[in-house]
Amino acid sequence: MMTAPASTLTVDLTQRFPGIVSADARPGYSGFIVEKDSLIEVATAIRDEFGFDLLTAVTGVDYFPDKMEVVYHAYKTTGGPGLVFRVQVPRVDPIEVPSLINVYPGADLQEREAWDLMGIKFTGHPDLRRILMWEGFEGHPLRKDWKEPFYEEDAKPFKSRWPDGRFTMAEDKNPFKDNLKFPQDFDPEKWTPDNDESLYQTLKRYTVKDEDGLETDRIVVNMGPQHPSTHGVFRAAIMLDGETIVGLKPVVGYLHRNHDKIGERNTFLQNMPYTDRLDYFNSMSNNLGYAIAVEKLMNIPVAERADYIRVIMAELSRIQNHLVFVGMLLNDLGAMYTPALYAFEERELILDIFEAVAGSRMMCNYLRFGGVVRDVPPYVLQKIKDLVFDRLPAKTDEFERLLSENEVLVSRLKGVKVLDAETAVRYSVTGPVLRAAGVPYDLRRADPYSVYDRFDFDVAVRPNGDMYDNYAIRIDEIRQSLRILQQAVKQIPDGPINSQKPQYQVRVPAGESYGRIESPKGELAFYVVSNGKPNPWRYHVRPASFVNITALEKMCIGTKIADFVALLGMLDIVMGELDR
Amino acid sequence: MDNEKLSLPQYDIPDDVQNAVAITTLDRLYNWGRRSSVWPLMFGLACCAIEMIAAQAARYDMARFGMEVMRPTPRQADLMLVSGTVTKKMVPSIVRLWNQMPEPKYCVAMGACASGGGPFKEGYNVVAGIDKLIPVDVYIPGCPPTPQALIAGLIKLQQKIDKQSLRKVHWYRKGPDVMEIPVPILGPDLIDPRRNAEIKSAAAALATKESA
Amino acid sequence: MYGKGILKGLSVTWKRFWSTYLEDISWVMSGKKRYFTEEGVKHRSSKHARGIFTVQYPEEQLITPEEFRYVPFLVYDEGVDGKKEVRCTSCGICAKVCPPQCIWIVRSNDPNTGRPIPEPTEFYIDMDICMNCGFCAEYCPFDAIIMDHDFDIASYSRNVYNMEKLLKPASYYRQIRPENYARNEAERKAKETAKAAKAAGAAAQAGT
Ligand code: SF4
Ligand code: SF4
Ligand code: SF4
Repeated sequence: MMTAPASTLTVDLTQRFPGIVSADARPGYSGFIVEKDSLIEVATAIRDEFGFDLLTAVTGVDYFPDKMEVVYHAYKTTGGPGLVFRVQVPRVDPIEVPSLINVYPGADLQEREAWDLMGIKFTGHPDLRRILMWEGFEGHPLRKDWKEPFYEEDAKPFKSRWPDGRFTMAEDKNPFKDNLKFPQDFDPEKWTPDNDESLYQTLKRYTVKDEDGLETDRIVVNMGPQHPSTHGVFRAAIMLDGETIVGLKPVVGYLHRNHDKIGERNTFLQNMPYTDRLDYFNSMSNNLGYAIAVEKLMNIPVAERADYIRVIMAELSRIQNHLVFVGMLLNDLGAMYTPALYAFEERELILDIFEAVAGSRMMCNYLRFGGVVRDVPPYVLQKIKDLVFDRLPAKTDEFERLLSENEVLVSRLKGVKVLDAETAVRYSVTGPVLRAAGVPYDLRRADPYSVYDRFDFDVAVRPNGDMYDNYAIRIDEIRQSLRILQQAVKQIPDGPINSQKPQYQVRVPAGESYGRIESPKGELAFYVVSNGKPNPWRYHVRPASFVNITALEKMCIGTKIADFVALLGMLDIVMGELDR
Repeated sequence: MDNEKLSLPQYDIPDDVQNAVAITTLDRLYNWGRRSSVWPLMFGLACCAIEMIAAQAARYDMARFGMEVMRPTPRQADLMLVSGTVTKKMVPSIVRLWNQMPEPKYCVAMGACASGGGPFKEGYNVVAGIDKLIPVDVYIPGCPPTPQALIAGLIKLQQKIDKQSLRKVHWYRKGPDVMEIPVPILGPDLIDPRRNAEIKSAAAALATKESA
Repeated sequence: MYGKGILKGLSVTWKRFWSTYLEDISWVMSGKKRYFTEEGVKHRSSKHARGIFTVQYPEEQLITPEEFRYVPFLVYDEGVDGKKEVRCTSCGICAKVCPPQCIWIVRSNDPNTGRPIPEPTEFYIDMDICMNCGFCAEYCPFDAIIMDHDFDIASYSRNVYNMEKLLKPASYYRQIRPENYARNEAERKAKETAKAAKAAGAAAQAGT
């Protein structure tokens, strides 16, 4: 089912702000263009008067050579279509846009990302440092006139590959004989690296005098990027007062693989396997999000059988994600291995299914625009039925018996606050963490996509927002996913698996689209801008993990360092998606 | 171009690993002990790391090879499994970890990314293969290598260990430890201190080209 | 009662621990071999899997599904006297569709006419860039490039494959992917008969 593009019908900002806000009239675009100087005022009204309390995405778009644009996507946590508003500024440095961090604190890290990659200065942002690259890096890589060291051509396919494709290493073409690019006359010996000086400077603001006027010693502890419990190459610089966390800055980018830049060079189809590598636990969900975004833009239907297959795969991947979450959480808490090993067993059985239908355990690359790449063979469908009717329900019960009532675990988790509803919404947190705080916001219900509206299931919610609820909601969601799966495998219709002919070049009309799904970790969205060419003009991933860690500092301040690992685990981050 | 030349890594392979040497009984015992207790560093970078964890889990169970003891500290590890994309931001830490590992140590490049840059090679923040900085013993292609492929690669590593000889291995030789690798610096781009002169001259050449 | 939950959890691990042996006994009783047999591996990856879950690679191997993909290879048909008839026509579609652009093809030209002839002179795939996505195989119109099942390809050096290393016989293709092979063959046959019929039709037309 196609959802209408973020509708402007319900809200008319132009009437509320005549002369300041105008409707975006470009074909294929929607939403409003806001005057730069009134942005904060308009955003406050959008939040307070119109009720769009959740700012999901902040993205820069480089309309080379004339203007830079910042696009905001706001939604209501009660559901319904969203509101797109944007600011356009001339493309001459310094490019300045007011920061929305005081209206929507969730914009924090995303604005830093736009500064890092696009060079858009957000005035009023208290901590506008680079986030994915390091301080001192030359240039803003996502600008259209910035070329990477291995730059070959603006768009794939490259001409050097065929018909005269004599193999050459990319290194040999670069003056520095490697993936390197230095300014002219650069002398490496004279360079003084930043060495995280700016990071420690921002942490300094937490060094306050005690009540009795004594300056107490506070220490900075770095956890990561190589740390056994940070779920990858995540790093947190933590300011400690004794054992209590008084300040925290996430340091990310250690796995920044430049999805956005590479994605703008790829053709639309070529991006599909790259999305697998975002949240590498859930490549099926990533495929789905991207397919939905592009299908919206292309305005094509999805074959009905394919839609069911998509739902089945996405839900299977949610189950294995949550299983691994529970296993890893127990690892973080010190219950080494047993639950994780049990979880990985069931995960293997689910991966077997992915391997049989898609060819790969993790990097499925299974969806195509309009459908899926191949049908599910009957023996695999039988296997899925075996799992969702017999094995997985029993195993979920077993998991609960193993853990849910364990007194040690309960006393460790109950009452340790993660997030309350209001803070979670303000910091744009989505996914299970938000629902565990009592906000029943699940895109499968709030803004239904694919065929989710045909299934009978409940949005799992837990009221307290403590660690135990965050644990329990994952189990709840496994059960709900099983419910969906049981209906889906029963109802799945016969028919074609793609509404389009298999083709390696798709025509995508000009315009923008924002496709979002409820991935196991929260809202995963793809913002795609096309100018009618074979590759996207802008390809942006709005990952759940990245936006969710905006709230990490808020979550951790005041807690003990021993809880940090578990609190981080609660957010269920995955670095491939976080750093992209 | 023949395949051998295409695939040559860009560093010198030490003689002691390049081809088999005479193996004595003592060597055999020595190697048997080492090959059966290769402890990997608990260290994951990207997607490949998940397959590494899966290989540690119940279905593939690397304990069968004595490799289940993942050490979180490099001081106790014998094997660095570079499992994932090596980014410029991360590589100083990786080199530091490598330097902290005691000899004998081995490095396995797991997956396309660690071997040669992988699908993200063209990216601006990606190091095109860990062998640019650290000598790699075994390359495992695949994206990601399945756990079985990983185990197959580790068996290859064991075979390599089997061929080493006590008399030749460099870690018992006298003299300073020359294997320490200078840690790269994060400048306007990644600076490998070993290549300072080269970078300087190339940057200067850029300037003259521009003005010409 | 405090501790009830812990006991409950322990009962789960306890049961898990014994189930391996119970399963072993039941397999012995029924006279079947649980380890190092295909049947055993299959059972361990089915919904009935109980107790030990390990598939002891390399002695045992998981059942590889037909669609499994690792790295690509090029197919050749074995012609008369063992000549390798490379299926690839160097049309370049795989090189165009490859997302990380790791395929390099040199199209051959007829030395006399200078016109391209349908066979590549050189064909490279950089396996250290290839993301195993399967697009090349999916969109190749001649079934000339196929995703391999062989994953035991770790080596002591970088992996850039040339033609020589990429080529594998069609019989190998049939062996690893019987269903796909049969489907491809049927399509090819159908195409050929259609062509022949057309040619015959044209000849008949010319005759009248
Ligand atoms: S080789 Fe593939 S799976 Fe492994 S880290 Fe690189 S992109 Fe991920
Ligand atoms: S698509 Fe097939 S026929 Fe065309 S060049 Fe590639 S392998 Fe050869
Ligand atoms: S599998 Fe994908 S990445 Fe590898 S050669 Fe084929 S198209 Fe390229």
